[in-house]
Amino acid sequence: MNLNLEKINGCSVLFVQEERIDAHNSGELKEYILHLIEQGELNIVVQLERVRFIDSSGLGALLSGYKNATARSGKLALANLQQQVLSMFELTRLNRVFEIYTNLNEAFDRRL
Amino acid sequence: MCTSVIQVDVIIPTQTKYLDLIGSIGEHIAKEINDFSGDREALAYHLNLVLTEATANAIKHSAATAPEDNVRITIHMEENELNIKVYDHGQGFDLETVPLPDFDNPKESGMGIFFIRTLMDSVTYTRQGDCNVLEIIKYLN
Repeated sequence: MNLNLEKINGCSVLFVQEERIDAHNSGELKEYILHLIEQGELNIVVQLERVRFIDSSGLGALLSGYKNATARSGKLALANLQQQVLSMFELTRLNRVFEIYTNLNEAFDRRL
Repeated sequence: MCTSVIQVDVIIPTQTKYLDLIGSIGEHIAKEINDFSGDREALAYHLNLVLTEATANAIKHSAATAPEDNVRITIHMEENELNIKVYDHGQGFDLETVPLPDFDNPKESGMGIFFIRTLMDSVTYTRQGDCNVLEIIKYLN
């Protein structure tokens, strides 16, 4: 899976450079986020601008990251969701769980 | 009214790298349907998702018992009815006992069948001969 990590404004911003998150690559995303958290990165924003498709395993990978970050008093938020991807969070009510931001600037403004 | 018939029959190895291919077929079909008056982009996503979830389930079930196996997917569209069948050779499961997700305490798994049930009109899972068939029906328009 193509992932880029950048430290911006004190946040670890994980850019998912894939159009699709499904059962083929969601395990890798989950492991990557867990590894980040274990390394002490507890203020994470996952930037999903490139992602036009996510399935249940992709939602599960992000939820795993959210739960693990929260368990260590950290935060994992989401930014730049395409409309169809956002609708999957709405359908599963996960939009009530995650902090979801329109873009990274909004994420930084609200979190700092 | 859709007058054309679409029939697709695909057999893939039990490997998740083929999910993209199967989902894409659903997306393309949504874009080719004649005279569809609904939200075509949403339908394209939903067919991609349902085919991806159903195929991923079949791969998972087959891989547990017969890793060298394959998964067959058929898609038939005629007279406004889209019929998807996904065949696996795993041990099967009871669809009726799959619970709804707990929205107040969400879990990392168990959302796939919820998506299929929510976005489609009919879902059954039956034993037919030596395989299990997940049959999904969506009525268009």
